[in-house]
Amino acid sequence: MELVQNFPFLTIVFSLTCGVFCAVLKARTAKRLCLCWLTLTTVMSLAVLVYTMRTNGYYVYRMGKWNAPWGNEIRVGILEALMASVFSGVMLLSLLGGMHHIFADCEPEKANLYFTMCSLLMSSLFALIYTNDLFTAYVFVEINTIASCALVMLKSSARTLVATTRYLIMSLLGSGLFLLGIVTLYGITGELLMESIAEKVREIFASGAYSLPLTVIIGLFSVGLAVKSALFPFHSWLPDAHGNATASSSAILSGLVLKGYIIVLIKIFYRVFGLDVIVAKQVSQFLFLFGVCAMIFGSVGAIRERDLKRMLAYSSVAQVGYIYVGIGLHSRLGMVAACVQIIAHAITKPMLFIAAGGFIDVSGGHKSMSALTGAGRRDPLGGVAFTVGALSMIGIPFFAGFVTKLHLTQGALESGAATMTVALAAIAVSTLLNALYYVPVIFNIFSGRESGEYKGLRVRWRADYAFSLVCFIALNIGFGSFSRIVVGVIRRGLELFGM
Amino acid sequence: MRNDGAFARLVRFVEDGTFQEESFTLSPAEKAALDTDTPENRWLTSVQHSEKPVGARLMSWFADKGFDLFNNLYRIASVFICVTLIGVLLTVVSFLPAFGSADNPAVNEVVERYVSRSIEETGTTNAVAGMISAYRGFDTLGEAHVLFVAACSVIILLRVDPSERKHGRLLNPDLLGEDLDFEPNTDLILRKAAKLLVPLSFIFGLYVILNGTSSPGGGFSGGALMGAGLILSSTAFGFKRTERFFGDEMYHVVKTACLTVYALLMAYFIFMGANGFEDHVWLGVPGGIVSGGLILPINAAVGFEVACTMYCFYALFRKGGL
Repeated sequence: MELVQNFPFLTIVFSLTCGVFCAVLKARTAKRLCLCWLTLTTVMSLAVLVYTMRTNGYYVYRMGKWNAPWGNEIRVGILEALMASVFSGVMLLSLLGGMHHIFADCEPEKANLYFTMCSLLMSSLFALIYTNDLFTAYVFVEINTIASCALVMLKSSARTLVATTRYLIMSLLGSGLFLLGIVTLYGITGELLMESIAEKVREIFASGAYSLPLTVIIGLFSVGLAVKSALFPFHSWLPDAHGNATASSSAILSGLVLKGYIIVLIKIFYRVFGLDVIVAKQVSQFLFLFGVCAMIFGSVGAIRERDLKRMLAYSSVAQVGYIYVGIGLHSRLGMVAACVQIIAHAITKPMLFIAAGGFIDVSGGHKSMSALTGAGRRDPLGGVAFTVGALSMIGIPFFAGFVTKLHLTQGALESGAATMTVALAAIAVSTLLNALYYVPVIFNIFSGRESGEYKGLRVRWRADYAFSLVCFIALNIGFGSFSRIVVGVIRRGLELFGM
Repeated sequence: MRNDGAFARLVRFVEDGTFQEESFTLSPAEKAALDTDTPENRWLTSVQHSEKPVGARLMSWFADKGFDLFNNLYRIASVFICVTLIGVLLTVVSFLPAFGSADNPAVNEVVERYVSRSIEETGTTNAVAGMISAYRGFDTLGEAHVLFVAACSVIILLRVDPSERKHGRLLNPDLLGEDLDFEPNTDLILRKAAKLLVPLSFIFGLYVILNGTSSPGGGFSGGALMGAGLILSSTAFGFKRTERFFGDEMYHVVKTACLTVYALLMAYFIFMGANGFEDHVWLGVPGGIVSGGLILPINAAVGFEVACTMYCFYALFRKGGL
């Protein structure tokens, strides 16, 4: 076994240890440790990606002396390595971009715990991406849940406390349903490893036994993870939590945490139940419909919002809808679109949140649209980044969001007539709605009619903020312009993924 | 920003008027103004009674009662959803294979190997310890960190800045009179009982941890016992005497050491196992104290971590710090 094959396991376990150390270090030292470790994990994940691309395969890494049904194992393929690299890179950039907010918003005694939570969150995201075992997934979903609530709570204000309470309750409800699903599935199959369950589920499905339990299990998994990833009817907790947290937290929660759960759902659908069962039980139709609703109602919610960060949070609801529509098409092209959207949104939304954080800085701490008039002039780099992000969200060519819309449209064109009509209409309406709330913001932030109060204000030069935004802009335009490479990687990854 | 407890922050939130429920009820002065006979009021009352088309009356009734109606509907809907979910889950349970029966799918080669070969493979006579710490050790590593992240979250939420507590008194007026302002009442009976029970619970906790490989128990249960001993000692003898041997510093040292040792041991174990190297760990004598190879130190690390976490929860809720 080559050294590089150990990297996924090292990133998971030592992210945990990094979090433990951050809890006892001074905030500045913890920050350095966390940033160094995240840089290292990004490099390691990229190395794993290169390795899996070169060998053009996946490998199973045994976590201990014993093979899989007895011990734990993780499975590393192209898609997993790609997601891990993107996630850890975005985590690093989000932390850098909002660094001064972290130190301003957290109580000084507790700022080090912010980095603890980030490390633990990163570890759990890695584990969710690589896991091949449902119970391992559950354990790390727990870490993910608590750590993400703590990220909201660390900005000490009453509003975040209320938002955290709602977030925690909804998120725990999701975990509970997810656990019930695992337990019941274990009850009828007696397995926890994904491949073994898949085998048993195929037998059960073919024999026609346990029809009702199987339906309920799929329902429990879908609803549980949909609550946690804020799919449309369960999204009510999201705007509060993401809108009130500190800039980095909003970026991380919107960009990464929601996607972690969706990756678990994709794994469960395609590696545990298999396409036949999913289609027969008609879950994908539900997800498709809710995804379409999310695309529309998320955007409507964003249009009504006058608070920039809450508007971005509602936009996340709509963007999560795109992913679910992709999954709901239950075709290869749909899955490609869903994976593209996971990456596109992960590199776009954090940039928007961090730029919004910059605007709030130069507008006296206000988040409402009227106070932000002209903020793009006071913080030019933030303005450019926000414009890039907004154009990407609307779906202008050469930006990341366009790639999603392109592939989603292709996926829709290949599906049945009814699905195609609904999906195309939803994409068109959603694009229009996105433009309806993003374009006014762009005009607003570059408007010359600044209110006198903040007119002379200029943003303080911060290397980390600038570096993060420049990287995000480059990533976004790079992904939008050279999407063919990434999409090719995703396709190859999905082939290995059992699609 | 002031550093104080979560509750005080919430209270301030309500006082700041962000929760504006009070503004929906009228003050006595406003009520009196409404009762007097002015043209506007006459119009207002006429809206409420008759002379208006049904639609408008319905609208005014809805504006009046709509909120209550929504609340009631919300309650009914939530009860309905819960009852439906319970019904569906109970129905599903009735379909599941019988628990413990020989043809239950959970009785398969996985369980068989755990039961029949755990002595030779992990060196433990307690198959559960072998399963959670060796076979599925990675999951348990995650589980121990769930405790850690929970403890950190409680610290974020409840810890009062030590600078606000000088000489045992609170400086923040918002927190005066709250529980954390008072030392526990050192009751004589409690103290005498604790003198007997605290050492016992520590010793029993250690016993359970050390024998975790050969008898039921292990890190989680032994740690819970020791944590209970710590809590009892701080309730009976006061915070100061407990802080003498277990304060903030000690907590962080023990916790970091335990989790780091655990993660390193597990990383070594996984690395060697995955790469197919011999791990040179002496498994010990099954049934003895030194048995199970790495499971014994792992149990010890988990035990102390659990004890720390339990005491940390108690201390933070009780006095806002360790």
